[in-house]
Amino acid sequence: MLANTQGIENVHPHAAQDAKPVLSLNGISKSFPGVKALSEVALDLFPGQVTALVGENGAGKSTIVKVLTGIYQPDEGQISINGKPLSFPTAQDAGEAGVTAIHQETVLFDDLSVAENIFIGHAPKTRFGLIDRKEMVGKAQELLDRIGAQIDPGVLLKDLGIANKHLVAIARALSIDAQIVIMDEPTASLSHKEIEETYELVERLKAEGKAILFISHKFDEIFRIADRYTVFRDGQMVGAGKITEVSEPELVKMMVGRSVDQVYPRREADPGEEVLEVVGYCHPTEFEDIGFTLRKGEILGFYGLVGAGRSEVMQALFGVTKPSKGAIRIDDQIAVIRTPNEAISHGIVYVPEDRGKQGAIKGLPIFQNVSLPSLKTTSKNGFLRLAEEFKLARDYTQRLDLRAAALDQDIGELSGGNQQKVVIAKWLATQPRVIILDEPTKGIDIGSKAAVHEFMAELAAEGLAVIMVSSEIPEILGMSDRVIVMREGRIAAEFERDDLTPEQLVRTAAGLSEVTS
Amino acid sequence: MIQSFFKTREVILGVAILVLLIAIASRFPAFVAPRNLANVFNDTAPLVILALGQMAVILTRCIDLSVAANLALTGMIVAMLNTIMPGLPIPFILVIAIALGALMGLANGLLVWKLEIPPIVVTLGTMTVYRGIIFLISNGAWINAHEMSPSFKAFPREVILGLPVLSWIAIFVVIGFIVLISRTPLGRAFYAVGGNPHAAVYTGINVGQTQCAAFVLSGALAGLTGYLWVARYAVAYVDIAGGFELEVVAACVIGGISIAGGIGSVGGALLGALFLGIVKNALPVINISPFWQLAISGSAIIIAVAFNATSNRTKGRVILKKAEHAQ
Repeated sequence: MLANTQGIENVHPHAAQDAKPVLSLNGISKSFPGVKALSEVALDLFPGQVTALVGENGAGKSTIVKVLTGIYQPDEGQISINGKPLSFPTAQDAGEAGVTAIHQETVLFDDLSVAENIFIGHAPKTRFGLIDRKEMVGKAQELLDRIGAQIDPGVLLKDLGIANKHLVAIARALSIDAQIVIMDEPTASLSHKEIEETYELVERLKAEGKAILFISHKFDEIFRIADRYTVFRDGQMVGAGKITEVSEPELVKMMVGRSVDQVYPRREADPGEEVLEVVGYCHPTEFEDIGFTLRKGEILGFYGLVGAGRSEVMQALFGVTKPSKGAIRIDDQIAVIRTPNEAISHGIVYVPEDRGKQGAIKGLPIFQNVSLPSLKTTSKNGFLRLAEEFKLARDYTQRLDLRAAALDQDIGELSGGNQQKVVIAKWLATQPRVIILDEPTKGIDIGSKAAVHEFMAELAAEGLAVIMVSSEIPEILGMSDRVIVMREGRIAAEFERDDLTPEQLVRTAAGLSEVTS
Repeated sequence: MIQSFFKTREVILGVAILVLLIAIASRFPAFVAPRNLANVFNDTAPLVILALGQMAVILTRCIDLSVAANLALTGMIVAMLNTIMPGLPIPFILVIAIALGALMGLANGLLVWKLEIPPIVVTLGTMTVYRGIIFLISNGAWINAHEMSPSFKAFPREVILGLPVLSWIAIFVVIGFIVLISRTPLGRAFYAVGGNPHAAVYTGINVGQTQCAAFVLSGALAGLTGYLWVARYAVAYVDIAGGFELEVVAACVIGGISIAGGIGSVGGALLGALFLGIVKNALPVINISPFWQLAISGSAIIIAVAFNATSNRTKGRVILKKAEHAQ
């Protein structure tokens, strides 16, 4: 682990202008129905250099990774490696061209050994065509030694920690002689020591001449290990260059400095009395010391990076997970919430982020999706009354301007935006006092987005207390009366909307100090 | 019931049954005489009852392989009870049978709910355990017709309004199930839990408890059928209804109950059971080897599952596209 500090020292001089990009993307565009994910993006990666890719959530970082690894096909544009134009119709083609990606959640096989994981698909064979286990283990050991990993190639992958799994993924990349290594937030879920080891590893890969694309939200690490940067915003490349020629505030500005092209409903904040107070909420692994208050008619925004613990707090408030400590007061009364049922009966409802998984129940028609948590009120003497359910569903879906052929249509046949409306209608039908919306407009088209925003404003005006978890800065700034920023499972800061800038949000979420200039 | 699509599924199955009956009638008109059809229905009644219980379980993404063993154990216990206390009135026997069956269902349900063991493993285990218990309590001996009291044997055969009690019970169970499935919160919960367990949790439904309830229901019906079976055939021994659980699952699958949970209807399960019952009864009549029966049932299962698979696949693709664009 001590070896090769030499390479580190000459990194910056070494990043001279004579280097030719090993991989360049030119004019790459990619659209999905209703969304332009990438628009004429350019990206160059240089051998022996780390290029940091920065951008807000939804800026197109994941899409470009998928284009690079052959999972998505670009609609337009050119990928070239060493000056030769190429295309990656499948993930395998990308791998053969020397591109490999190490994901946040490693995609490896838990029940195979480390050596098998490294060599799966290209294992050394004996002359009978069988896998040469001895050779494979030996080579695996060599590769692991090369990256300074102290891992026994014989152990099962599932017995390793996340950091070691990353090392295995990197050993695999070396085994197929990848020239381009993409690391997608490799340090997001690592401990301090593991992060240091990851940095060392990046230096080793650099010394071997690999071109590295490093996606990260953490500014300190970007400035520490990157040689170059590229900034994406709304699917466009808005800046690139050498890291020595840019400052933190400049990077932040590039990330957020958009013209606000979306209009948010105007509302006069007039919060009423306090409905909900959370005191010292803790969870053994997910969050700590969460406390805030919520008033009638208020929209409280929760901002933070992915994995900051926002959804986890909301799930605990809703009784899906159990907090280890802390209390909730509703209308100045201590309330105990152990199950979602208890939350619902206290008037707290939660519209989850992952509609497909946690929201819509496919196979049930729209009206039964809406009535599901309200069956107590629509049924009589233990028997369902379909007519009542229909009425309930009609009332609330009409309010949300749902577009569906019929209310007995399967919810699975609706578009994402309309499914979201059904899920929201379901919760409104329980007549809640507090509604928690987790990424309410994620992945829905602009039109539906505006409708959801409009509706949130209406709810607040009617006196509902709204918590909105969002990773979109304009949405947070456009909708919230107050904003709580979470970082690494804690509340980092609380802001009134009026004295809040996009830069402040990003800096607080990333854990940067206040701007002094 | 849930969708016009499933209505057509039931219509298809109904038409298949009709075609089958017409084909048989063209050569053996006696088969479709009302008297004989009533006999076929009576013969299929146990399958209908068990298929409905199984349907509830499958709707919640579980499976109950212990139904036939449950049936046999309950049957043995009530038969032994009858030999000891011949005077015990039939309503008592029915209550005991249902309670015993429900208890065995509860054992399955609790193991699935509290210990989160996969249902197929749990019921494979209890299936063997229940059969083993029969052997232990009976020492492998048979209880024959002459050891049972006349009233015990007569009950399922008693004819009311032209149909035996066994048939009437099946009819009542069907009606009860239609009400339960489409008119009670529990019935709705079965669909929600199977359709999307994660979402069901967020809606305040206790997934494990709902699955447990389905197992209790399936067990209770198996217990009820246990008494009816032993009384009707006037014999109880270790191996009665051996392998019957597979026929029950087959009836559900043919009836369009999705093994992945959340999709299915009472009408489908009923028709699936009737289809198998007709095939089973018709083949000996038209002089076809009973081995063909297995081949026909097997083909029907594969066709039904292929049907399910294709309809689910198109659905999946659409969803994926949306998920992709969400990212």
